[in-house]
Amino acid sequence: MEFALKQARAARFRYVLDRRQTLGPLLIAPAILYVAGLVAIPFFLALYYSVSGFDIVHLRLSFVGVRNFVDIVQSSIFRQALANTFVFTIGSQVLAMILGKTLALLLLRDFPGKAIVRVLVLLPWAVPVALGTMGWKWMFDSLYSVINWTLQAIHIIGPESWPQWLGEESLAMISIIVVHAWRMFPFATVIFLAGLTAVPSDVLDAAVIDGAGFWRRTFQVILPIIAPIVLVALLFGTVFTFTDMSVVYLLTRGGPTNSTHVLGSLAFQVGVLSGDIGRGAAISLFLFPMLLVAVVALLRVLRRREI
Amino acid sequence: MARVETRAIKKYFGEVRAVDGVDLAPKDGEFIALLGPSGCGKTTLLRIIAGLETPTFGEVLIGERVVNDLPPRARGVAMVFQTYGLYPHMSVFDNIAFPLKTQGVRRELVRGKVQWAARMLGIETLFQRKPRELSGGERQRVALGRALVREPSVLLLDEPLSNLDAKLRASAREELKHFQRRVGTTTIYVTHDQVEAMGLGDRIAVMEQGKVRQVGTPEEVYDQPADTFVATFLGTPPMNLVERAGEILGFRPENFLPTEFHDVQDNLVEFCLRLTRAEYLGSERILYGVLEGRGSDVRVAAKLPSNFTKPFQEGNRYLFAVRAKDVSCFDKGSGRRISHP
Repeated sequence: MEFALKQARAARFRYVLDRRQTLGPLLIAPAILYVAGLVAIPFFLALYYSVSGFDIVHLRLSFVGVRNFVDIVQSSIFRQALANTFVFTIGSQVLAMILGKTLALLLLRDFPGKAIVRVLVLLPWAVPVALGTMGWKWMFDSLYSVINWTLQAIHIIGPESWPQWLGEESLAMISIIVVHAWRMFPFATVIFLAGLTAVPSDVLDAAVIDGAGFWRRTFQVILPIIAPIVLVALLFGTVFTFTDMSVVYLLTRGGPTNSTHVLGSLAFQVGVLSGDIGRGAAISLFLFPMLLVAVVALLRVLRRREI
Repeated sequence: MARVETRAIKKYFGEVRAVDGVDLAPKDGEFIALLGPSGCGKTTLLRIIAGLETPTFGEVLIGERVVNDLPPRARGVAMVFQTYGLYPHMSVFDNIAFPLKTQGVRRELVRGKVQWAARMLGIETLFQRKPRELSGGERQRVALGRALVREPSVLLLDEPLSNLDAKLRASAREELKHFQRRVGTTTIYVTHDQVEAMGLGDRIAVMEQGKVRQVGTPEEVYDQPADTFVATFLGTPPMNLVERAGEILGFRPENFLPTEFHDVQDNLVEFCLRLTRAEYLGSERILYGVLEGRGSDVRVAAKLPSNFTKPFQEGNRYLFAVRAKDVSCFDKGSGRRISHP
């Protein structure tokens, strides 16, 4: 009798992990702790900072209402950075999507050396951003630019008219867009490749038989079919780019004369480097409501488009 | 409508000879069934005719013209695929209208043509639906409608019924035949199902390992198979093959009956059969047995109508016979049919 009871108790502990009610929470717990500790707490902290006068000189959490937001909106640097963020995001996303789609179509075909090309394509994504951007920095260098050197060698520009890639306002913007697109396009390629291989071959053959040429196949058959997966890629890319500052910070530090600042790099400069944490938090949170709306809207579109 | 012809078509994938010298010439308006086991090259041949594959050697002619260098859209062929290949994001109407739009047909005309095709197939009520909202049979009809809407010169069908359930397949087969008669389009139909091929084809081309073994009417390929492959590929159970006097004798199970069942005046070939198994299938009985003779035993089957009620005991020996005129003779080496005078 007592033995049986003992055995039953042992069994309860021994099979504790077989129970769904126990195992489920146990498995999800690390993820929840991680999100709570590293995302939720900092996020709410930032929310609070943004409505406080907190800075590294006066370490006090005084409530100041929306003053930080009013201040930053009145600053011309902020307005420039806001506009830059949109140009930077849209420009680099469009470029990355076009590059990704083209390359994916290319990689669908068989050609000698395809395996090597696939690895090379993924490289910009795999290389640490600092390393990759340093490479670009040298290519854009005012004295040692290999781009200018090549352009001169093929007689497109003269030795007197070297463009200062990172020194002129519009060229600097183009440069950061190109480098960011270069970082993003491997991801776009992989997504497009996955989408394209998921299109049933019978559908593609049917389109060929039905007389659709390359453009019609691409825009009326393939793209609508892979639209859901491309939208996801676009969504991730957009949110990622809106909040990213690494390329800008490494390449131009927002210069020349603040012309390439994006919200991320400006928030870092104001909040961390200058120590005005309240205002920095306000800058970085400025786009949050808009991004949230964008994400929800895109996810809705996605659900409706499911095929 | 137009004549289609393939001349000595060969298609190699590396070492594999998918299609190995096929000459096929359906007549105008004919329904020809390409029948063969999977991997025999029948689909590849169809894709070559469509222009989706380029032949390694040989020529494809459509309407007396070599079309090897023409893309599919310039060939005037339509094709229905095994999984139909409907555009999942388009409505039924847009699916059927798609080939017209690519040809630049005027918008006013598109509506009328789509309605014509849909009415013929009884799918006018489905116009607004998406393919995923259709049943298998409806999808197949939409695919057929899309193929026919631009009145192709040749209709190519790649196992279009294989995704339907057995019951639907029978009615779809009947509809398809009826429909093809009405539009009169030259049709090449790929299938591995002998019942489909026999039921639908004006003629059947039996393929194996990239070669056409025989082309003929269903009666010809069934009753006078050109070789032992065709003999055993068609019919359930397949033709019995028995080696005798340096030849291979072939006879259908339904012609292989107990001796007393035959007319005494007939010229009979008689065998002693040791019965190993009997199957009762409702409308018929299938008897499996062994012919004991010199050398190794030969397994054979006999198909008896169920109104022939004589009891059979497994393990017993019975005298079975086949009429001499129902026996086909094949060469022992090549397997080709020998026609005795």
